[in-house]
Amino acid sequence: MISVSGLVKDFGDFRAVKGISFEVPKGQILGFLGPNGAGKSTTMKILTCFIEPTAGTASIGGKDILEDPLGVKKQIGYLPESAPSYGEMTVSEFLMFIAEVRGQSRTDAKKSAGFMRETCDLLAVWDQPIETLSKGYRQRVGFAQALIHDPPVLILDEPTDGLDPNQKHAVRKLIKEMGRKKTIILSTHILEEVDAICERAIIISDGLIVADATPDALRERSRYHNAVTVTVAPRDVDKAQSMISSVVGSANMEIISDDRTTIRAFPRKGETIAMKISEISRERNLSLEQIRVEQGRLDEVFRTITKSAIN
Amino acid sequence: MTNFVPLFKREFLGYFRSPVAYVFIVIFLLSAVGSTFFLGGFYEGNQASLDAFFSYLPWLFLVFVPAVGMRLWAEERRSGTVELLFTLPIEITEVVLAKFVAGWAFLAVSLALTFPLWITVNYLGSPDNGAIFAGYFGSFLMAGAYLSISCFTSALSKSQVISFVLGVVICFVLVLLGWGVLTDAMSAFLPVWLLDVVTQAGFIPHFQSISRGLLDSRDLVYFASAIAVGLSLNTLTLNVRKAS
Repeated sequence: MISVSGLVKDFGDFRAVKGISFEVPKGQILGFLGPNGAGKSTTMKILTCFIEPTAGTASIGGKDILEDPLGVKKQIGYLPESAPSYGEMTVSEFLMFIAEVRGQSRTDAKKSAGFMRETCDLLAVWDQPIETLSKGYRQRVGFAQALIHDPPVLILDEPTDGLDPNQKHAVRKLIKEMGRKKTIILSTHILEEVDAICERAIIISDGLIVADATPDALRERSRYHNAVTVTVAPRDVDKAQSMISSVVGSANMEIISDDRTTIRAFPRKGETIAMKISEISRERNLSLEQIRVEQGRLDEVFRTITKSAIN
Repeated sequence: MTNFVPLFKREFLGYFRSPVAYVFIVIFLLSAVGSTFFLGGFYEGNQASLDAFFSYLPWLFLVFVPAVGMRLWAEERRSGTVELLFTLPIEITEVVLAKFVAGWAFLAVSLALTFPLWITVNYLGSPDNGAIFAGYFGSFLMAGAYLSISCFTSALSKSQVISFVLGVVICFVLVLLGWGVLTDAMSAFLPVWLLDVVTQAGFIPHFQSISRGLLDSRDLVYFASAIAVGLSLNTLTLNVRKAS
């Protein structure tokens, strides 16, 4: 559905995007991750034909962004960063305007605006000027604007930025529902978001793609993947330490709590240690109050990947 | 051109969504009437005509038109809606034209609201209404030329104030070029052919010739090309600077 090849974008002497290529099949929700200034927004602006790439190209639904920008724009619903809109218009006027510019007749525009009022829950603010609305409502208006023509492709630049936890949850639910029928690219620097909604994550750092995988696969790269955390009674602290260092070596052991009762063991590459630890502690008559296997931490992976890319 | 209507409508009605437009109109009308009666010596002239009004109009427009045009692009870029606008399936020329026509329509409304002056001269005497109509037509064309320049300067900056000042400066030069006082002064040292070129580049000679009721195609071509140049520069500027 979306195919990007060799995108490069220079701003003066500064190369913001340094050759990005990827494909997104129909119906996928792709998360764009990366530190601020990594080139996420620039890539999205190129895909939506707001700016032209210095080199490379992309196509959406078979239409090339350089040869047929109007054809591309018709298929996209775009939510720019911080959801700009015309503040002096009311929500209904604004949505009608977008629908009409997108080529709908007045009757159709009214119908689709009405549909958006329900989908994005805008009834309470329908006739209020947008500039008087809270951040959460503005973001929802931005959503409604992007969805009003029922586009096959959605491009969302930090869709949950500045929302409170409830609003974030609502927006994520909405995106997930949309994702059943639409191809979606969204950028974020909130990792839990990628976990919650994306089927695939691309990490961009310093203008380059540094990782492209499912959130689970990314998590497996974490040092914490399959790490085991055990808690023992205070009298068993020394016993527990020697037991764990016998399994993973003392270098891969970390004492977490001040009273030394909680210990974490990191596996050596590709090793599964949970079974081993529980077996050995049974042999040694050591009772574990708690044992937990870690999934791995996205934020840690994110930091490692983006830092090493810069250095 | 199907997108023209909603774009125009949004822009035109946009003027009336904020109180600023009403303030502009009131100030314009007050200064139009003030200049006609006090500076122009409307009564002392003892003539049933609107010449006094029309002769000060190029100077009033100098401030009024850039003030009307400054918002058009500067605000769009400042608030980031330019990104929204140019990711909609529309051609850049459509938006440029729609915004320009919306501003022009607003200026036409302001001009039309000076109708009490027309009623007054008709009440006081029997003026040549054909000449008055020609004067209004010339004013409308001239307003378009000022506005296209203001559209261009509005696209140059994110700040409405800077856009306004740039607009005033460029329009001022174009007014001065054709201003009688300056032309007389220049005639002392410029050869006639050069003086002609300089003078013909200014607004006033063309405006005056239309106001006199002479519908010379050269004057129409002058204003049409001034508008075309302004809007082309506007489009070019947007292509280069919309994202910066």
